[in-house]
Amino acid sequence: MPNTRARRAKRPGPRHHTRRDLAVLGVLLGIPILLDLALIWGPTLASVGLSFTTWDGIGAIHWAGLTNYDNLFTTYPQFWPAVRHNLLWLAALGLLAAPFGLLLAVLIDRGVRFSRFYQSTLYMPVVLSLAVVGFIAQLILSRDQGALNAVIGGRNPTDWLGNPGLNIWMVLLAACWRHTGYVMILYLAGLKSVDPGLKEAAALDGASERQAFFRIVLPTLRPVNVIVGVITVIESLRAFDIVYAINKGRNGLELLSVLVTDNIIGEAGRIGFGSAIAVVLLLVSLGFIVTYLVQELRGEERR
Amino acid sequence: MVQSTSSGSDTYGEAAGRRRSRRTLLRSAALGAGAVALPSLLAACGSGPNGVTMGSNASDAVPKKAFAEAFKAYEKKSKKTVRVNTVNHENFQENINRYLQGSPDDVFMWFAGNRMQYFAQKGLLSDISDLWQGFDGFSDALKKQSTGRDGKQYLVPYYYYPWAVFHRKSVFREKGYEIPKTFDQYRALARQMQKDGLVPFAFGDKDGWPAMGTFDYLNMRANGYDFHIALMSGQKAWNSPQVKQVFDLWRGLMPYHQKGANGRTWQEAAQTLAQKKAGMTVLGLPHPGQQFSAADRADLDFFPFPEIDPAHGQDAVEAPVDGFLMSKKAKDKDGARDLLKFLATPTAEDIYLASDPNNVAVNSGADTAAYTPLQKKAVQLVSSAQQISQFMDRDTRPDFASTVMIQAIQQFLGAPDDIDGLVNDIERQKKQIFSAT
Repeated sequence: MPNTRARRAKRPGPRHHTRRDLAVLGVLLGIPILLDLALIWGPTLASVGLSFTTWDGIGAIHWAGLTNYDNLFTTYPQFWPAVRHNLLWLAALGLLAAPFGLLLAVLIDRGVRFSRFYQSTLYMPVVLSLAVVGFIAQLILSRDQGALNAVIGGRNPTDWLGNPGLNIWMVLLAACWRHTGYVMILYLAGLKSVDPGLKEAAALDGASERQAFFRIVLPTLRPVNVIVGVITVIESLRAFDIVYAINKGRNGLELLSVLVTDNIIGEAGRIGFGSAIAVVLLLVSLGFIVTYLVQELRGEERR
Repeated sequence: MVQSTSSGSDTYGEAAGRRRSRRTLLRSAALGAGAVALPSLLAACGSGPNGVTMGSNASDAVPKKAFAEAFKAYEKKSKKTVRVNTVNHENFQENINRYLQGSPDDVFMWFAGNRMQYFAQKGLLSDISDLWQGFDGFSDALKKQSTGRDGKQYLVPYYYYPWAVFHRKSVFREKGYEIPKTFDQYRALARQMQKDGLVPFAFGDKDGWPAMGTFDYLNMRANGYDFHIALMSGQKAWNSPQVKQVFDLWRGLMPYHQKGANGRTWQEAAQTLAQKKAGMTVLGLPHPGQQFSAADRADLDFFPFPEIDPAHGQDAVEAPVDGFLMSKKAKDKDGARDLLKFLATPTAEDIYLASDPNNVAVNSGADTAAYTPLQKKAVQLVSSAQQISQFMDRDTRPDFASTVMIQAIQQFLGAPDDIDGLVNDIERQKKQIFSAT
């Protein structure tokens, strides 16, 4: 008790704000808060509200209760495939691309020959927008004129992008290609900050290379791991441009974000229905956000 | 409590500095607000007493220039100005809702049929029935496509392009193929082409809409134009035996279609026709020609989609009509009406088509002397038609076409065997969408 009081006493006490201070504070805090309300909270709450209505964007808004959700879960054929594809996206980026990015980062960090070359080559797709990645994918994978079928040859060309059982994997490959580079750069930066002394100490204590990596290096990379995790989740939930560039996200490439766009953008929008899909996407995202925040806050307490 | 240390002395200079910084802050805030408000202010100045404004979706180079020529001719004749606001074609379509409710231009380009009727019904268009009384040279079918559900006219039609079965004259000549008149002959021809090593039907549906033309024709030939319209307006069931028959006929043709349609664009499909790898393709007039080299273009020909049920013959032709509408909120109403009157004349269409020969004039008074043989044939096809349909996405609700039918047809093309499941799926979704508003 006395200890805390002593520490408190050293701090400057609460400031006496003049009226002008308050005004400036009010403006400086008020504008961001207003923007936050107008650009984030407003549309979010409006989406939730609209998801219980039907609206074509012109006429009156009709209350519809849970009809939109009912229709979404039972009669909209694109909904469940879209959910599956979003989860598949998450699994592919999280379980394949991210670990692979880590592996590449470790290899490059250990100083393989031409590491600068590898580094820039692998990072290149990150600079490209996903839409461009989508166009590149088409040049390579188009059934009649694509480069891949020309190389493979054969009488029956494979329909890489038109076959709904196949195209999602090709697109995931393109998405992973991009995500791997992204993750690799983050881990490279993290690995540079790992104190080499720690590794030396571990080596002196007789730890194998593997043990040193899993017991020493990986734990010190914890902040990077968290960032990679967050980025991976965000990337998989907001995935959109690459499939939209390829075939507007249809025929095997459905994603929740595409369904929202399909229903809301256009001359006669099903805005209520589209909002219901957006709310589902929001709930899925909230699941990840809440988990992340809980973890972070707990970590904070422990520290 | 310890005394605050930070604001000990409040000298003049400090206060002035703070005041200045606050002023800068407020100024930049005002600027920011201005940046938000400015576009709407600019839009508000868009029309005034000094000219009619025209909302254009003709963002491609060829039609853009052709329209500019037509407006220039009007300006010269009337001594009035037309101010054109061109928006990218796709964006124009996607934003049409907000556009018409916001501050639309006086006159704007749009499509005939249901796509127009929808906005007329919502009260966003100006009635121009009295102008129509003075119009000359438009057929009854065209008038019908320009008429809203309330029986009033809202559109000045400008040009159209029919859909048909395209092929190369030289291929038909070399192989001795005959133009099929009936569906049996059509199938027999397809079989023969396959034997001769050709893909009978070049086919691509990656964009989602090109296959709709084939569906529409099969439906209109088997069930008639009236059924097509009733189906599109939600009055008939999609799981009815008639619709099942359409999919069934289509499934029978599938072995003759180019494989992997869902992964191929219509441009790629049309190229296989140009390369003589494919024998026929169902597309609209402006489509295949674009993929032919200039030297080959005269070799392109078409025939009307063959007859399936003699009761309906080949009466209906799918020919989407584009034209001009006047918005309800038009500021210069007299100017807009004067411009529309001009655009309904054959002269106005002639000027346009001189620079864009990929379409056909709607006015029977238009000068056809400069037409290519293909254009002349298109005129003949449409003028002899008993009924003109638009296109699936123009004859039905756009939200139904884009969120249900595109996906359903692609699903059918990928797996043509489960017709029952497919049509039940469509019907369930149709009920929701048509009952929603």
